[in-house]
Amino acid sequence: MNKKKSSIKLYIHYISINIRCMMQYKSSFFLNVTGQFLVSFTVFLSMFFMFKRFSSVEGFTYSEVLLCFSTILLDFSLAEMFARGFDSFSVMVRGGDFDRILVRPRGEIMQVLGSKFELTRIGRMLQAIMMFIYGIMASGITWNFSGILTIVFMIIGGTVVFSALFLIYASICFFTLDGLEFMNIFTDGAKEFGQYPTAIYGKKILLFTTFVIPYSLFQYYPLLFLTGRSGNILLMFLPLGACWFIIPALMLWKFGVRHYKSSGS
Amino acid sequence: MITMENVCKTYKIAKRNAGFAQACKSLFHREYETICALNNVSFTINDGEMVGYIGPNGAGKSSTIKILSGILTPDSGKVLVNGKIPQKNRIEHVKNIGVVFGQRSQLWWDVPVIDSFELLKDIYSIPESDYKNNLDELTELLDLAHLLRSPARQLSLGQRMRCEIAASLLHSPHILFLDEPTIGLDAVSKLAVRDFILKQNKIHGTTVILTTHDMQDIEALTSRIILIGKGRILMDGTLDDIKKGNDNNIDETIAELYRAYDI
Repeated sequence: MNKKKSSIKLYIHYISINIRCMMQYKSSFFLNVTGQFLVSFTVFLSMFFMFKRFSSVEGFTYSEVLLCFSTILLDFSLAEMFARGFDSFSVMVRGGDFDRILVRPRGEIMQVLGSKFELTRIGRMLQAIMMFIYGIMASGITWNFSGILTIVFMIIGGTVVFSALFLIYASICFFTLDGLEFMNIFTDGAKEFGQYPTAIYGKKILLFTTFVIPYSLFQYYPLLFLTGRSGNILLMFLPLGACWFIIPALMLWKFGVRHYKSSGS
Repeated sequence: MITMENVCKTYKIAKRNAGFAQACKSLFHREYETICALNNVSFTINDGEMVGYIGPNGAGKSSTIKILSGILTPDSGKVLVNGKIPQKNRIEHVKNIGVVFGQRSQLWWDVPVIDSFELLKDIYSIPESDYKNNLDELTELLDLAHLLRSPARQLSLGQRMRCEIAASLLHSPHILFLDEPTIGLDAVSKLAVRDFILKQNKIHGTTVILTTHDMQDIEALTSRIILIGKGRILMDGTLDDIKKGNDNNIDETIAELYRAYDI
């Protein structure tokens, strides 16, 4: 218990030092935040104009799609904010800074997480939250306790899955010593195609995103429940089920660390 | 106590000839060369000893330090530090060691040095009173008082190195590994660092293992010298053993030794 407490304290300390570093570069921070906001705003605009022409996509209305997009965007930004250390891990491995992590008496994951906390992602989150609020108000969904819980689960599940993807990305760096661009298909790519409920891409994609990389578990299925298309209460808890994805990611990471210890440079 | 017994470590290094075409070829077919970084290395270092670990570039010095600090796993052989295998009990092991990589910084670049120290306090879970005592002592001995409040990026190399050394000793480790701690420092900083290491060893009985190319470091600090070349221990003795009554200056003596061993 004591150990857990000290880990949490340490993590907060890491975040605090990251923020202190960032405050040294004020203008860069605000430009970054604005940039993040604008980039996702253009995506929003493209959706807006599309729905001006077509009133719905596969039966999903504009506000529902917006709700879907905003949760994905929020998940992605949260994961990027907290797990940025894994996203930029190739720099750490190649520069040899991972050695430093290994000579400190703390878990490797905790230290890599702490090495970078990207507050600039708040720009993207702001965008997500705005769309989210608009989506909620315009969707005409009657809000109750289970609806709110579903949304919370969607955010937890999504953040975990995206973080796991970053973790996998980092683990591969142990072997290639370099970031692999193709991994971006699963992170940035998912953020893009996740604008729409995954089912509109066809059955095969739906199967893939259900059983292989469980995007649909925190996006399409709970959305069905949320919008009242399905009354199956199980769909509400599916986003939590998506968290299984962190397990293979952790295993790969452990394997990677072992590989590093026996090679290194 | 540190013991290494018949430790071997090899690396596989990809090789190719110069040129773009060769680079393309190596995408598909790579030739590897196996390099033996450590070849049957054995030695024992007692508590409180100060050992200079010397050898030409690429001799295996850093590999040894990395194995002893638990970063790398040897291919074969036995490593024991205070009765434990570093790679098996990483977290327990590293609580007791301090490591300074002369070429790399462990301080946060953009915040005052004291902020980095405070973080280390939490990383190592150093009790408040110990932290305060150690910080006071290190501040005095390394003359850090006016440095602690500046960001690391604004310090000169010598100032930063003093802070790096302090950062590695905040948790009162029993063993200190210094990988080229005086590299690139001016005369004053070098003397300050040497003087401090001597004191640290005397006051706390810290075991110090130091790699360097600066023979004055060795002369000033260590009574025992281990010479490594091409992954093998070539000599393990005192400074006098190396000099053997030779009156040349120490750099020349060492250069002669390197030539004699053809390393």
